[in-house]
Amino acid sequence: MSSLGELRKVALNARSHAGVKIKARFPDNKAGYAFLAPWLVGIGVFTIGPMLYSLYLAFTNYNLLQPPRWAGLANFTQMFQDERLWNSLRVTFTYVIIGVPLQLAVALALAIVLDRGMRGLSVYRSIFYLPSLLGGSVAVAILWTQIFGKDGIINALLSVFGIDGPGWVSDPNTALGTLIILHIWTFGSPMVIFLAGLRQIPDMYYEAAQMDGASKTRRFFSITFPLLTPIIFFNLVLQVIFAFQSFTQAYIVSGGTGGPSDSTMFFTLYLYQQAFTQLHMGYASAMAWLLLVIIAAFTAINFWLSKYWVHYDD
Amino acid sequence: MTTERLPLAVGSEPWRRRSVARRRTGATLKHAGLIALSIVMIYPLIWLTVSSFKPNSEIFTDLSIFTSNLTLENYVKGWTSQGLPFQVFLLNSSILVVGAIVGNLISCSLAAYAFARLKFRLRNLYFVMMLGSVMLPIHVVLVPQFIIFKDLGWLGTFLPLIVPKFLATDAFFVFLMVQFIRALPQELFEAALIDGAGHIRSFLQITVPLMVPALATTAIFTFIWTWGDFFGPLIYLRTQPMFPVSIALKGFVDAQSQSNYGGMFAMSVISLIPLFIAFLFGQRWLVKGIATTGGK
Repeated sequence: MSSLGELRKVALNARSHAGVKIKARFPDNKAGYAFLAPWLVGIGVFTIGPMLYSLYLAFTNYNLLQPPRWAGLANFTQMFQDERLWNSLRVTFTYVIIGVPLQLAVALALAIVLDRGMRGLSVYRSIFYLPSLLGGSVAVAILWTQIFGKDGIINALLSVFGIDGPGWVSDPNTALGTLIILHIWTFGSPMVIFLAGLRQIPDMYYEAAQMDGASKTRRFFSITFPLLTPIIFFNLVLQVIFAFQSFTQAYIVSGGTGGPSDSTMFFTLYLYQQAFTQLHMGYASAMAWLLLVIIAAFTAINFWLSKYWVHYDD
Repeated sequence: MTTERLPLAVGSEPWRRRSVARRRTGATLKHAGLIALSIVMIYPLIWLTVSSFKPNSEIFTDLSIFTSNLTLENYVKGWTSQGLPFQVFLLNSSILVVGAIVGNLISCSLAAYAFARLKFRLRNLYFVMMLGSVMLPIHVVLVPQFIIFKDLGWLGTFLPLIVPKFLATDAFFVFLMVQFIRALPQELFEAALIDGAGHIRSFLQITVPLMVPALATTAIFTFIWTWGDFFGPLIYLRTQPMFPVSIALKGFVDAQSQSNYGGMFAMSVISLIPLFIAFLFGQRWLVKGIATTGGK
């Protein structure tokens, strides 16, 4: 009895001791969890849980009506043989690999032109920024189909030069190109990030370079560009991640089909069709995980390449 | 990080002391180029707006933006051409926007305060998870989320589009606010603690008033993204009375009503007006917001 009491006392003592230690290291434990409660529920219920479940579903056949049936690797082997899926990957890769660098190049060029107390800067910045806010909307996608339509502005402009343009959106060779142009049109938001980055470069660097007689070109390649590389890198990583998930524009331009001839069938659009028109929920989940792996791989490659061109000061 | 403009006397830097005439020519050329580009950039939007006031038969026969033959007919016809009058869709979009803004402001600021100001167990792990979820493609959670909402009987309601916002699922804003709170002077919080303020008071009376700029940025971005959101409503809303503007516009595309380009253009313009207003009044916050999260 007494030994038991002793044991209990020791145990209690140890516990309160541990409690003190924890309290010192985490003085706000209770408050922290209280403030974080909504986020914790959200990440558990809407992110972690669903991620695990979709990983499970990727190995099943599931059509919402009957319970999921285990299918092993069937979805993945099917993906390998799915011509339309390979095509959608080609379309998406083309869009990302051409669209993202071009958009960033335009954004960077304009940011450099607009930098350093240029007159009318805020007006130009507003005009260039506006399209990036509207670019994701259905209305702009509709507008795009009309501009690049057979009777649209582009062809009217070309006819001045005697060129009879195609219906750019209805031609499988050019439809994706119109979406890439739309992506470039929204260069405003990375441009604003570049402008903020340029302002951080201290004037004294330029002054010192000037004293050494460095030319304008030299100053750009020896000061501006290296000091801006971390921000270019940041933009590149994010834009690649987001561009892989583009959906609305391709959906509207093709009327939800990914056409003509699957030429605007983005991976996400094909995934949507598999999940919500074919009810191939298992297959769609497998596709989603493939997308995650691809995006992660691209991000990893970006990080790996960054050590060759991104300049870190400190 | 600072986004303040450095004091800068244009032209006083030694390297810019070139011949004045040459500099002027250069500047004029630069402006000419920028003005030309500006016109190219906004021409599509101007063309859309002007066309929406043209008689339907003229939209594609006369592509100029200079016309005297203006009419409101497209707006009158377009307003009711989707079965239900357009105010229904505008109202639905507004409900979604208000719900998302309120949800994001409350839940993201609570989470951000915890991440930025409090020390608790597993904080770093949670923080990494939060950052990771910013970049997570939604497709990975799409099907299970759909099943959850289906089982809850929420399909066809606004709930799947609003409830998650109250649980800080837009982690981008949590990150934005964390950055902001960390940049606030720490003495303020210490002073409040010494005065015996608990975390609730420290949050409500010190942090929230100081983080108004971050809250404004969050509200405006949420407004723009929710108003324009297409994917979410496409999946969760099935019946026309629940459609927001983005899905209602899709109706014009589906119908392929060759004759009603005017109405489609007019309602497209209507759908862009709120975004344009948000841009006009919120530009300052938007620019600050993306500079804060993107600059470093």
